[in-house]
Amino acid sequence: MIGAAHMPGIDPVLDTDDWWWEPLAVVGLKVLVIFVVGLVGTMFMVWFERKIVAGMQNRVGPNKAGPFGLLQTLADGIKLFFKEDLIPDRADRFVFKLAPFLAFVPAFLVWTVIPLGGDFTDGRDGTVTWFGQVTRVQLADPPVGVLLVLALSSIAVYGVMLAGWSSGSKYPLLGSVRASAQMISYEAALGLSLAAVLMTAGTLSTSGIVASQDTLTNWHLLSTGVVPFVVFLIAMTAELNRPPFDLVEAEQEIVGGFHTEYSSIRFALFFLAEFMNVISMSALLVTLFFGGPQPLLIGGVDLLGFLGPLAGTAWLLVKVFVFLYIYVWFRATLPRLRYDQLMNLGWKVLIPVALGWFLLLAALQVGRDSDVSSAGYVGLVIACLVVMVAGYALFSAALAVARRNRDREGAAY
Amino acid sequence: MELFVFICATAMVLVGAIAVIVSPNPVHAALGLVLTLFGIAVHFVAMEAHFLAAVQVIVYAGAVVVLFLFVIMLLGVDRSEDLSIEPMPIQRPLAVVVGGGLSALVIAAVLRVRDTLGSDEVAAAGDTNIRALARNLYSDHVLAFELTSVLLIVAVVGTVVLTRRVRTSEDAS
Repeated sequence: MIGAAHMPGIDPVLDTDDWWWEPLAVVGLKVLVIFVVGLVGTMFMVWFERKIVAGMQNRVGPNKAGPFGLLQTLADGIKLFFKEDLIPDRADRFVFKLAPFLAFVPAFLVWTVIPLGGDFTDGRDGTVTWFGQVTRVQLADPPVGVLLVLALSSIAVYGVMLAGWSSGSKYPLLGSVRASAQMISYEAALGLSLAAVLMTAGTLSTSGIVASQDTLTNWHLLSTGVVPFVVFLIAMTAELNRPPFDLVEAEQEIVGGFHTEYSSIRFALFFLAEFMNVISMSALLVTLFFGGPQPLLIGGVDLLGFLGPLAGTAWLLVKVFVFLYIYVWFRATLPRLRYDQLMNLGWKVLIPVALGWFLLLAALQVGRDSDVSSAGYVGLVIACLVVMVAGYALFSAALAVARRNRDREGAAY
Repeated sequence: MELFVFICATAMVLVGAIAVIVSPNPVHAALGLVLTLFGIAVHFVAMEAHFLAAVQVIVYAGAVVVLFLFVIMLLGVDRSEDLSIEPMPIQRPLAVVVGGGLSALVIAAVLRVRDTLGSDEVAAAGDTNIRALARNLYSDHVLAFELTSVLLIVAVVGTVVLTRRVRTSEDAS
C-alpha cells in the first residue's frame, strides 16, 4: 500500500528537541498565513459568488466599491460591524452569544489539515524546508487527518442548532431543526464516500492521501470509480446547506432560518462561516479526489511548473476555483428541493449507493491484497456484481412494500 | 507541558460534569456534557490515542448529544426547572451511594491493573493506532463486534415497530 510508508507525526518541524524560536516561528507564520488567507479568501468568495450569479442572471452585480466591486464585501463587513446588535427578549443570552462562534471556529479549523502546497511529485512526501526547518505546507498533519474534518463538521451542527433554539422564536427553531436533521442525515453518505477514498489510499492523513495520488490514474476520482466523488459532491453541498439544499434558510417558508434573529457582527460570523466552509470543503474535495497540490501532467508537462516551489499551491488554487465556480453554478441553476425529496435522496439513494460501492471497492481491495489469480479476480468481480444486484433487488422490494402499505393504510403518523 | 494539558483537560471535564448536574436548564446541561466529552477527547490526544479522540468527538459530541438536544427541543422540555423540588425523595441519597460505589470500583480497578497497562502494543504500531485497533477488533473480538451490530439492528427494528401504530378500525372512526 502506498500510504503505509508515510511517516507519522503532526508536523516534522516539531520532531526536534532543539526548541528554539525557529520551529515556533514557522508554526506561528503558518497560523498567521492560514488565518489571513482564510479571511481574505472568504471575502473574495462572497464577491465571486455575487458577481457570477449576477452574470448568470444578466445583472451587473457589485461594481462600486473598488475595482470591479472587489471591496464590496469589506464595505458590507464594516457596515455590519457598526449596526445595532440585537438580542431578543426571549433569547437564551449565553447560548445566543455562543452559537456564532460554534459555527465560525470549526469552519476555520478545517484549514489546518488541508495540504496547501508542497512538492508531492515522483513520490516525494510534500515536505519543504523553510529557514532550515523541514516542514509541510499545512498547519498540522495529524494521523487521523480526515476524521478531524468530520469531527469539526459535526461540531458545526451545534452552531446552527443552538442558534435556532436560543433565539426563542419559531422560525429559527424550525430552521435549526431542519438544518440539524439534514446535516446528520448527509453526514452518513459523506462519511461512506470518504471511507472509499481512505481505503484506496490506505491512510487517513491528508498529506498521505495526496501523496498516494501521484499519477492521473491514481487520482481517487478515477481509482475509486467516479461514484464516491458524485456522492461526496452532493452530500457536501447538503452538508454546507448550499442551494439546492438550502431549506435551512428557505426565505419563503421560514424567513431566514436559524439566523433570523441575528444581526450585526453575530450575523456576519454566520455568513463568513458559511462561505469559509464552501472554500475549505472544496479544498478538501480537491485533496481527496483530485490530488490536491499534485500537478495535472499533460503529455508529461507540468503546465504550472514554471512557478517552481509555488506550483503545488497554484495547482490547488486552480482546482479549488473550479469547484467554487461549480457551487455558484449550482446556486444559480438549481431550484430548491422539497424537504421529503431531500430526505429521500439522502437516505434512499445516496447512502445505499455509497455503501454498495464501498463494499465493492473493499472486495476488490481484498482481492488485490491477497494475490488471487486473474481468473479468481474475474470471479470475485462477478460475485460482487451478483451480490450488488441481489442487494438492490431486496432494497427496492422493501421500498415497494413500504409504499404499498402506505398507500393502503395511509401515513403511519 | 503534559501536566499543563492534563490540568486543562481535567478542568474541562469537571466543569462540564458539574454543569450537567447543577444547571436547571436541560439544554445547558447537555452543553455541559459536550464540554466533558471534549475534555476526554483532549485526554485521548494527550495519550496519543488520536483515533479514539476523533471518534469521541464524532460519535458522542457529534451524534449522541445532538440527538439529546433534538429530543429536548422537540419535547418542549427546554425550560428551566426548579431543582429544589424533589419528585422522588429517595433518588438523591441513592445517587450519592451509587456514585460513591462507582468511583470506588473504578479506583479499585485502576489500582489493580496499573501494572498491566504499561504494554504499548498499540503505540508501537507506528503509523496510526487505527491499524492495530482494527486488527484487534476484527480478529480477537470479532464475535463481540458482530453481536454489537446485531444489537443495534434489533434496536432500530424495535424502535420502528414501537413507533408505528397499527391502525385499527376504532381509530378510523
